[in-house]
Amino acid sequence: MKKLSVKTIVAIGVGAALFFVLGRFVAIPSPVPNTNICIQYGLLSFIAAVFGPIAGALAGLIGHFFIDFSYGWGVWWSWVIASAVFGLLMGIFCRKLKIDEGEFGKSGIITFNVGQIISHLVAWVVVAPVLDILMFQEPVNKVFLQGLTGAAINIVTTAVVGTLLCIAYSKAIPKKGSLKEED
Amino acid sequence: MYNIFNYIEKRSPIHDLTGATKLLCLLLWSLAAMTTYDTRLLAVLSVFALVLFPIGKIKAKDVSFMIGFTVVFLVLNTVLVYLFSPHHGTEVYGTCTYLWGLSGHFAPTAEQLFYQLNYILKYFATIPFVLLFVCTTNPSEFAASLNRIGVSYSVSYSVALALRYIPDIQKQYHEISQASQARGVELSKKASLINRLRSASSILIPLILSSMDRIDVISNAMQLRCFGKNKKRTWYMARDFKPLDYISIIVCLLLFVTSLVLTHLNGSRFYNPFI
Repeated sequence: MKKLSVKTIVAIGVGAALFFVLGRFVAIPSPVPNTNICIQYGLLSFIAAVFGPIAGALAGLIGHFFIDFSYGWGVWWSWVIASAVFGLLMGIFCRKLKIDEGEFGKSGIITFNVGQIISHLVAWVVVAPVLDILMFQEPVNKVFLQGLTGAAINIVTTAVVGTLLCIAYSKAIPKKGSLKEED
Repeated sequence: MYNIFNYIEKRSPIHDLTGATKLLCLLLWSLAAMTTYDTRLLAVLSVFALVLFPIGKIKAKDVSFMIGFTVVFLVLNTVLVYLFSPHHGTEVYGTCTYLWGLSGHFAPTAEQLFYQLNYILKYFATIPFVLLFVCTTNPSEFAASLNRIGVSYSVSYSVALALRYIPDIQKQYHEISQASQARGVELSKKASLINRLRSASSILIPLILSSMDRIDVISNAMQLRCFGKNKKRTWYMARDFKPLDYISIIVCLLLFVTSLVLTHLNGSRFYNPFI
């Protein structure tokens, strides 16, 4: 594995801590069991977009593992892995965005949202249910219903929360060439 | 601050095992319980896990809250499985035996009931063990154990950082949320879902921006101390293996091998009493 930069390591740690706090204390339950309205995915998509796929994947993995761990209802590896997959894909889709240089215009918003929709669909409608079926042999239609609800809710929350976060962060950073020489 | 990780400090043989042993056992145990659907092995795992609780000096009242959670999930999931697929058992076991002379889509079959029994057993085989792990493992030992079982130390360090900053970020979140609520941001059920999401982001933005600063400060500090220059690092919380550690790992490894062997012998992951 390529050596991680110190900044990425710290971003993974703090990102996972943020993911944990948001997921653990700000959860709003939805009608389908085991699925919450999770604003932490807005955050995860932001971390992945700024710090890259490895940071996204590991922050999701560690953060989600600790959430399951602290509730003590057993670690649902299938869903933990799906979180990591989401972070990874999101990082790959947003590789070309330069949010940390203050650029996040219309095309950035479109890339970000298309990326997050595809990543959520892959993570919750493909990865999580398939792993559930492999590990627990649960009935197919039940896990796909859970996956679809999860994906739909997460797409909406990421679209609102993630996009707002990216805009706010990119605005907080001075753009390249924003300084002018005095006449 | 109250303890979010439910770690209970006590002296017992299980507490004395190193974190690395317990993590390895947890992984092997989860793998064993996940691969198999053999009723006999699941029953053995469930009983074994329950026997470990008195050894670890964990009392029922220590974990009653988490058990309550789990039971709710278990009941909901069991009901959902039945509603969505009342014939899943028939598909799995290949036979169809209607009970009590009923027939129809939702009529109970022996196979379905047996499948659901296995499903419930599977919960009992995995969850108590995780609970035990949660209660007896000091989170600070976690990062050191990860490094011990072969995860690279930079990733283990991320885990340590996450554990270190969870309380700080939790406190900061709370402060920001109170400040925003004082300014009239509505987070309760009175607001609509979209509005609640938007107000949640108005708390998030200051939280994230200050966290980004935090990332800068921490990574500068680490770089100044030459983090990542050497191939290895030592851990304050690391401990040496004792005989009991090796025994526990071997027992868990045997359970995992049993699960694989049973899968091979049964020809599938299920133990089929209907043929």
